Amino acid sequence: MRRPWLAAVAPYAWLLVFFALPFALVAKLSLSHTVLAMPPYAPQLDLSKGHAGILAFVHQLSFATYARLTSDRLYVLAYLSSLRFAAIATAILFLIGYPIAYGMSRFAPESRHGLLMAVILPFWTSFLIRIYAWIAILKPAGLLNQALAVLHLGPLSLLNTDAAVIIGLVYAYLPFMVLPLYAALERQDERLIEAAQDLGCTPVQAFWRVTFPLSWPGVAAGGLLCFIPMVGEFVIPDLLGGSDTLMLGRTIWTEFFADRDWPAASAVAIVLLATLAVPIALFQRQQAPLLERPGVLS
Amino acid sequence: MDARSDRPVSLAAPLVRFESVTKRFGDVVAVDGVSLDIAEGEFFALLGPSGCGKTTLMRLLAGFAVPDEGRILLNGEDIAGLPPHRRPSSMMFQTYALFPHLNVEKNIGFGLKQQGWEKARAAERVEEMLSLVRLQGLNRRKPGELSGGQAQRVALARALAPGPKILLLDEPLAALDRKLREETQLELKAIQRRLGVTFMIVTHDQDEAMVVADRIAVMKDGQIAQVGPPREVYERPASRYVAEFLGEANLFPDGSGWRLVRPEKMTLSATPVAGATAGEVAQIAYFGDRTRYVVRAGAGRPLLVSRANLGPPLPLAVGDSAWVSYAPDAAVALGS
Repeated sequence: MRRPWLAAVAPYAWLLVFFALPFALVAKLSLSHTVLAMPPYAPQLDLSKGHAGILAFVHQLSFATYARLTSDRLYVLAYLSSLRFAAIATAILFLIGYPIAYGMSRFAPESRHGLLMAVILPFWTSFLIRIYAWIAILKPAGLLNQALAVLHLGPLSLLNTDAAVIIGLVYAYLPFMVLPLYAALERQDERLIEAAQDLGCTPVQAFWRVTFPLSWPGVAAGGLLCFIPMVGEFVIPDLLGGSDTLMLGRTIWTEFFADRDWPAASAVAIVLLATLAVPIALFQRQQAPLLERPGVLS
Repeated sequence: MDARSDRPVSLAAPLVRFESVTKRFGDVVAVDGVSLDIAEGEFFALLGPSGCGKTTLMRLLAGFAVPDEGRILLNGEDIAGLPPHRRPSSMMFQTYALFPHLNVEKNIGFGLKQQGWEKARAAERVEEMLSLVRLQGLNRRKPGELSGGQAQRVALARALAPGPKILLLDEPLAALDRKLREETQLELKAIQRRLGVTFMIVTHDQDEAMVVADRIAVMKDGQIAQVGPPREVYERPASRYVAEFLGEANLFPDGSGWRLVRPEKMTLSATPVAGATAGEVAQIAYFGDRTRYVVRAGAGRPLLVSRANLGPPLPLAVGDSAWVSYAPDAAVALGS
């Protein structure tokens, strides 16, 4: 039997169960306060008292935790520092990823599959193991310093610094920058470049006047795909960063597991989500007509 | 008599000269020792089936490909070392290749900006081009919002705007439907006459070549089979290949070669005529202005007769006996 309504409802059901409900739980947590109990927050919704129970529950919710976030410098600094890390890493990712994607798109179609595989290949190894590998590379007596010693350079003490976090972020997120850029560049009609050259552009001018503007949806997609998860990244700063590396992912972890302050952790997560929703919404509105254009990204 | 005879082509100092140009792609010889002159101000057509090398020949002139042998001269100077952006030719692409991120105005002004035209003058030139192709007011449309015919006009305007010495048109009308294509052919020709710019068109459509061109080069397997004005190429083809590629042909063995009689030069009769070939009508196709008969006579190829529908129709139906004849001077002797 065919059930066309199932296809229409399924994505919404999925979003409800795996996004809306968890989000509502986190939002509710962020309006609670901590108690020394299990679970370590209050109020709890007591449905056995009926209507009065719900009223009492709602009355006890408050925005106090959010007020604390703005007054405590540590949260503000962690927030700004996270944005800074993500912004720097996104910029570097773009500078490295664009030439890679552009180079790949210039290869003959039959060799592109191999190159694409090479970009995706690191995913075959566990993410955690790959980040641990960077510890082996960056540590004081690690591979990097051994190599530098051969060249009579160094040593560099990179591990547990902000630089190591940036290296880790750029390494881990490179495929997410390269793939959307490649998709945008690979679909470009070569005739457009010929037309630009025919109308007086050198190959470099043709790139800046035609190829680059047309790859803009890919730039935006790659940038957001990297920037957004990097702001909340936890594993990389935790393993590669120093004790003074401030990032929101770490702050949330500390609040949850070390301080058992679930409301604070939830409030930080909500603020993070809210601020990231703004660029996503802007991107969607601006790019929607561009993305619908045939032959660019579809 | 011929409308074109008042515009004799002067090849004393050709604008473009191909000198024994050869281009290979791997083992395939795309262009095979082509020598060809194109005069200033003429509308020149490269005609041939797909794969005959006509597009490659055009791309060699535009600079998108480099000849393996031979030279290409523009105003007597070898352009071998010139990259595409420094050649004074403009190309109109078969797919139009309009820049999707730029509106109509910016597409047309693309080459002007590249040449460093002053803004006000460039804007004036864009308006001039828009009115030339009758698209005034569409300045701000994006290519995605244009119909096929409009996109085709923008492509033409964009290629003409920088004032090229020669405009190269690669199957420019192939994507249009038939009626629009026929109108646009005449319009292209009118624009070319008005501007006096040399046009070189690549097409596989013989009607299109004959309508627009002052001269046609028929190509086969990377070589030029014949060059000449449409009437000459049609009425006095140099070979059986040219005779059959341009229009329909009745071919009769003639010594080592062939005799050609075009279907419209054949006379058909429903009653016996002295000296005519008797046969049986195998097919009748009515085209409005003319009727085309296929007459089977003996074991050879069926004869084709095209008859203008000037008076009453012939009392003939499929299966009837008919008599086909032609005047002696209607026959053209072809080489082998």
